[in-house]
Amino acid sequence: MTFKRFVEIGRVALINYGKEYGRLVVIVDIIDQNRALVDAPDMVRCQINFKRLALTDIKIDIPKSPKKKTLIAAMEAADVKNRWEKSSWGRKLIVQKKRASLNDFDRFKVMLAKIKRGGVVKQELAKLKKQAA
Amino acid sequence: MAPKKVRTGPRNPDLVPGIKKYSRSKMYHKRGLWAIKAKHGGKLPTHEPKQAAAQPDSAVPEKAPKFYPADDVKKTRAKPKKNNPTKLRGSITPGTVLILLAGRFMGKRVVFLKQLPSGLLLVTGPFKVNGVPLKRVNQAYVIGTSTKVDISSIDVSKFEDKYFMKEKTKKTKKTEGEFFKSDEEEKSIVPQHKKDDQKTIDTALMKAIEVVPELKAYLSARFSLRDGMKPHQLVF
Repeated sequence: MTFKRFVEIGRVALINYGKEYGRLVVIVDIIDQNRALVDAPDMVRCQINFKRLALTDIKIDIPKSPKKKTLIAAMEAADVKNRWEKSSWGRKLIVQKKRASLNDFDRFKVMLAKIKRGGVVKQELAKLKKQAA
Repeated sequence: MAPKKVRTGPRNPDLVPGIKKYSRSKMYHKRGLWAIKAKHGGKLPTHEPKQAAAQPDSAVPEKAPKFYPADDVKKTRAKPKKNNPTKLRGSITPGTVLILLAGRFMGKRVVFLKQLPSGLLLVTGPFKVNGVPLKRVNQAYVIGTSTKVDISSIDVSKFEDKYFMKEKTKKTKKTEGEFFKSDEEEKSIVPQHKKDDQKTIDTALMKAIEVVPELKAYLSARFSLRDGMKPHQLVF
């Protein structure tokens, strides 16, 4: 069992705690044993403790402390946004956000849809059982 | 000419609370009082002094009052007391679906029609959908959802607090025999005009409700908290 996700310049991470919770950032420099300098296209570059970061699989190719323009260009080249949104972790987060934003009527419609789907599944199962019998 | 600058902030700002930036003479010049005086020939413009109404010749001169109070009596000012209805929450607008939180219809989802002058909210099921009649409800016992129904075509102007007042029935004195009779006949019957009003409002509302898919089923179901639902995190 080896480590696959390393803290390195260019590693994309998710902020796990604090005011910027849920934001995707890129590690742009290492300050010391505990802290890194992180940056994102729509954020002022800042330092953050590693404890507040969750590393992802995505790594981009940047020099240390790149200019914002270079950073944005590198993120576009590596297609970070799409890779993240297609990854299972990214997809789960999107679903969580959607569920949290549902209003009362939406939740009701989801319930009806689930019941409908369950009904269809049950019908198919009953059919298959009959065939097997 | 350079475009006129819109002034931001006071003319004479506070440097420190209590101490303004400009002196009296400086302010005189800043306000342009010298220009106003020049326009009116060296003096500030004044209103004409009000001429006292000419006394009719036959009027009797005012008599001295008979009674002077011993202590100074404060002159009371007319209090302009206004009775405003409770401020409506921003989330509650005509046509909003509300969730009732207390009473017989606890959990029912209901359509908000208007706020009455007493501050209570006029609400209806509609009756056919969930059994809630035209009813008054306090804002405090209600959750406003973000679901809205279009009620622009519905006329609710005839409903006021008086509509919901109990009709005063004359109390007839009971004889001994009647006293022991059961109170079965005391049941209140809903008067026909109220049933008709309910019907008119409901038919108009149903047109608006049936346009939205699944809204009718939504209104007939009750709201309840399930496992994992955290009210403070729910978006209504």
